[in-house]
Amino acid sequence: MTAPDPIVVNLIVFVLAIFVGYHVVWTVTPALHTPLMSVTNAISAIILVGAMLAAGPAVFDWGGWVGVLAVAMAAVNAFGGFLVTQRMLEMFKKKEPKTVAPEKKQAGS
Amino acid sequence: MSANQVALWYLVASICFIFALKGLSHPTTARRGNALGIIGMAIAVVVTLAVVYSASKNVAMILIGIAVGGAIGAVIARRVQMTQMPELVAAFHSLVGMAAVLIAIAAVHNPTALGLANPIPAGNKLELFIGTFIGAITFSGSVIAFGKLSGRIRSAPVIFPGQQLLNLAIGVAMVGFGIWFFMADPREHYWLPYVVMTGLAFLLGFLLIIPIGGADMPVVISMLNSYSGWAAAGIGFSLNNPMLIISGSLVGSSGAILSYIMCKAMNRSFISVILGGFGAEGGTAVAGTEQKQVKSGSADDVAFMLSNADSVIIVPGYGLAVARAQHAVKEMANALREKGVNVRYAIHPVAGRMPGHMNVLLAEAEVPYDQVFEMEDINSDFGSTDVVLVLGANDVVNPLAEVKGSAIYGMPILEAHHARTVIVNKRSMAAGYAGLDNPLFYMDKTMMVFGDAKKVVEDIVKALA
Repeated sequence: MTAPDPIVVNLIVFVLAIFVGYHVVWTVTPALHTPLMSVTNAISAIILVGAMLAAGPAVFDWGGWVGVLAVAMAAVNAFGGFLVTQRMLEMFKKKEPKTVAPEKKQAGS
Repeated sequence: MSANQVALWYLVASICFIFALKGLSHPTTARRGNALGIIGMAIAVVVTLAVVYSASKNVAMILIGIAVGGAIGAVIARRVQMTQMPELVAAFHSLVGMAAVLIAIAAVHNPTALGLANPIPAGNKLELFIGTFIGAITFSGSVIAFGKLSGRIRSAPVIFPGQQLLNLAIGVAMVGFGIWFFMADPREHYWLPYVVMTGLAFLLGFLLIIPIGGADMPVVISMLNSYSGWAAAGIGFSLNNPMLIISGSLVGSSGAILSYIMCKAMNRSFISVILGGFGAEGGTAVAGTEQKQVKSGSADDVAFMLSNADSVIIVPGYGLAVARAQHAVKEMANALREKGVNVRYAIHPVAGRMPGHMNVLLAEAEVPYDQVFEMEDINSDFGSTDVVLVLGANDVVNPLAEVKGSAIYGMPILEAHHARTVIVNKRSMAAGYAGLDNPLFYMDKTMMVFGDAKKVVEDIVKALA
């Protein structure tokens, strides 16, 4: 038996990551759903990794410029997403962190 | 750095992202989570920079791109108002979608730079096709969502005959051109089907979102959040990059769960939201009902009733966000608390224009989060509450949801009508998003206060002093 194709390995990673995402996200408290959206937004800026490969070809032609544009767009997202999430979470912090019993229940349970 | 080292660093970054999400299970751990997210992103970027440097030394343009984009992002993040969060998130989604399309274009143009074989193997072409069309739909859909949320275009549903059929036809044509691209060889023949396919995907994203109206935006924005993740995962497949696949899947499943929660909170199927047009035809039904009498009062009346109550629940809605009344509301609640009134807030999952919108606004006004309750935790308390103050919400407190046959039958609502007294602040008697009249407004125990939420609440605060 030979090693599986990369596409099969990718598929395995993909499916397992969905399971992780599914279980982790259900633990997020509804009060923080907006920060969840902005932080996932920032995480999706990981597409920056692909954009960087496109922006640094050995021979820099118009394809390189397309890549640079993609890098800039993804960078807006990465910086903007994490910083705005930070700003929002600071607002949730100022409160006295005492007996809070935030919802354990989720809409789906 | 060897390929194995790169992959292991990507694993570390992915784990950071998982902890970033995990941290959001509680406000006290959320900031640490966000910091881990930033570390994860930094690791991924530095490692990738090293990879590009060792391959081509061409990193200058990358650094410039990051600096420019990062500066713009940082300025936006600092300046944005909390009430503008929904449109900001929509704008950010569109950037991810566009970046995915651009990367795919670069890959078609120069496969070897992105680590693909030349000509591109069929499997990678299929993945590029998927990444491109999801990215393109995310982009144009998010641009429309941004326009609607920021008021740059009308948020009312745009519907025309044959809309679904047209969308279906475009979708089929897009897949057709995708198959052509899939079969095309050599590389010179890629462009025609690829460009047409991408154009159709942009068009489809636009057409999919225009029929969806304002109050369905929480679903749309969650859905586009999900798409932006799948677009990243799709590009990850085509570039054989596990970092993109893992992060994309995390984001994709997060958005999908949020869409599900939002749909459930409106008791609507995902399909019916996507097909759109909800509420557009209901407007006539309201006009048909006879003029009923409502009791209306002034801010002074409200202040009197509130200060004589033992318990008050405030129900904020989109009207509060529009009027930016959150700080005034906090002041009012403080004044009431000083008088010994127990003030709490009840949040419906779809209040506002995005998941958690109201919670963020109240947090901005420094309302302690232990005074803010989710629907299922507070609904049973309305019956023993003296006064409910509804600020700019409508459908989420509409008792018609309990009446069989009404358009919103079965939607979980905040049971404000069980309280002893209900005070409703609205700008006018206009029907809510669902186009339904709200019997709550005509109840004997209900008093209407018309006017801008901020103005009204400020007047109440003055009257309380």
